Amino acid sequence: MTEIPESLLRRSAEAKAKALGVPVEQVLAEMKGEGPPIEVPASDEGAVSPLSDEPSPGASAGQADAASADAADEQVEEAVSPRSEEQAEEAVSPRSEEQAEEAVSPRSEEQAEEAVPPAAVATIVEDEQPLAEVDGSGNDKLAAVVSPRPSVPPAGTPEGVRTARLLTVVKARAIQTVKAEPTDKVNTWPHLMLMEFGALLAITGLLVIMSVIIFSPLLDPANVNSTPNPSKAPWYFLGLQELLSYFDPQIAGVTVPTITGIIGFMMIPFVDKNPSTRPSDRKFAILLYSMFMVGAGTLTLIGVLFRGRGFNFTYPWKDGIFFDDLKDWVDFE
Amino acid sequence: MADGDGKTGLKDKIKETNEKLWGSQVVEAILRPGSPFKKGYSDSPRNRSYVVMNNVLYHLHPVKVKRHGVKLSYTLCLGGLSFFLFILLTITGIFLMFYYTPSAEAAYTDIQALSTNVAFGTLVRNLHRWGAHLMVLSVFLHMSRVFYHGAYKPPREFNWVIGVLLLFLTLFLSFSGYLLPWDQLALWAVTVGTNMAGFIPVVGGQVKFALLGSLEVSGATLLRFYVLHVLAFPFILVLFLAVHFWRVRKDGGISGPL
Repeated sequence: MTEIPESLLRRSAEAKAKALGVPVEQVLAEMKGEGPPIEVPASDEGAVSPLSDEPSPGASAGQADAASADAADEQVEEAVSPRSEEQAEEAVSPRSEEQAEEAVSPRSEEQAEEAVPPAAVATIVEDEQPLAEVDGSGNDKLAAVVSPRPSVPPAGTPEGVRTARLLTVVKARAIQTVKAEPTDKVNTWPHLMLMEFGALLAITGLLVIMSVIIFSPLLDPANVNSTPNPSKAPWYFLGLQELLSYFDPQIAGVTVPTITGIIGFMMIPFVDKNPSTRPSDRKFAILLYSMFMVGAGTLTLIGVLFRGRGFNFTYPWKDGIFFDDLKDWVDFE
Repeated sequence: MADGDGKTGLKDKIKETNEKLWGSQVVEAILRPGSPFKKGYSDSPRNRSYVVMNNVLYHLHPVKVKRHGVKLSYTLCLGGLSFFLFILLTITGIFLMFYYTPSAEAAYTDIQALSTNVAFGTLVRNLHRWGAHLMVLSVFLHMSRVFYHGAYKPPREFNWVIGVLLLFLTLFLSFSGYLLPWDQLALWAVTVGTNMAGFIPVVGGQVKFALLGSLEVSGATLLRFYVLHVLAFPFILVLFLAVHFWRVRKDGGISGPL
């Protein structure tokens, strides 16, 4: 429970003492739970009816009700909107079942009631128990204001003297400010994982079918003294080998891979300062990358299909395809 | 439950055994709370969360993902497929290692023996080879997908850099495996490839020599490429993979929609 500032307590005690006609110290002691309950001077029944125009317990309870409903509202909002992704996940952890359920499921009216039953709060106000024991920081503050007030207007209070007064209004608010908006999410299990499992099965199926139909090549044993014609690199390096046939090795073999590989790729996030991820905002970046894709793809295709003996240009429909990786599948020559 | 003749039905017996088995302490000890294989699992939002959270999967996936991330058309599962292909290549690779000697004398005949004498030898070798080509392709396509979605933008810059390193490692892995059958295709493809390394200014000669272990592709090269292929590159790759996956989770999961 939050410590009620001494000044507030004192002001409240003074008001109560004035109304009851007892020493301030006695009231203060009672409020702090150190002294005995104050003996209210006896009075005749009906002198002050509970439903008079004065603030009555019913009215105050109603007030508290509204206030606590407000607080409950606030609290549910806090529970529903994830403060951050990680925290939202933590909210699901088994602190309490209800809490977890609420954190995951969208907000609804029943849950607002479930979170802090307003009736319970009202009862506690009447019982003059410290409200803070219920839960929540919002209610904590509310309790600080409400609890030092007597629930029953003391009998014998002169007409027109208000025994209850508003010290201050504390708006129930979460300690942390909520910044992240709730996003549309689904459970990883089963939604994402079934999808992944499907993809996994599909690729396995594809690979097995491929492996049954297409055989890995195994040419003659390695012989340093007999160079095959043409000798080609693996397909993913054939674009580079193709470049080698146009340019000096220093350019095609070193400069281009270094620039595209290290500068061109690793530096992309640091060069591209455009914060947008919308395609319409980053036409230039997309154009550049697409040009690279088309260029690399074309070079590789030329290397695979259009290069024959002596790495000279050929047409695959005229001289066949010189690509030994698929040699055992289709006899091109 | 008793049948008409007083004997316990087989169905009931199976059910009873099943319950005993799945309720046993051993199974209870293996399965963490919330496992869908656990006895008495019920489909509830809470248990759906537990399936991921109480599991090694939590390292890879959050409890919840954005709805658009589940759409196949968004990520095409390319990153996950690359990882799966890597696992598949590791499994088939271990199988192949049983039958392979990395020496210039034995390598070629080992591959021949694998293709003819070993049960499923050809199939596993084909799986390994086409899986490797497919992995190069899927890693490259994964990179392209990430680029077109702008998913390398802050705070994911560093993960992009790691991803590029992973692409290179994949290429090196594939390339180092290319030499191992020790046939004409392997020898000359690697000769062409390592010749390119020789053109690196200043240190080109040394790099080439370090790769080959000799002046030309030889038995020493075969051993080097073998060790690089089965140990060094996978080791480095796994390290970077761990960082890559971890950063995907920490940088906010898969990126937002277009």
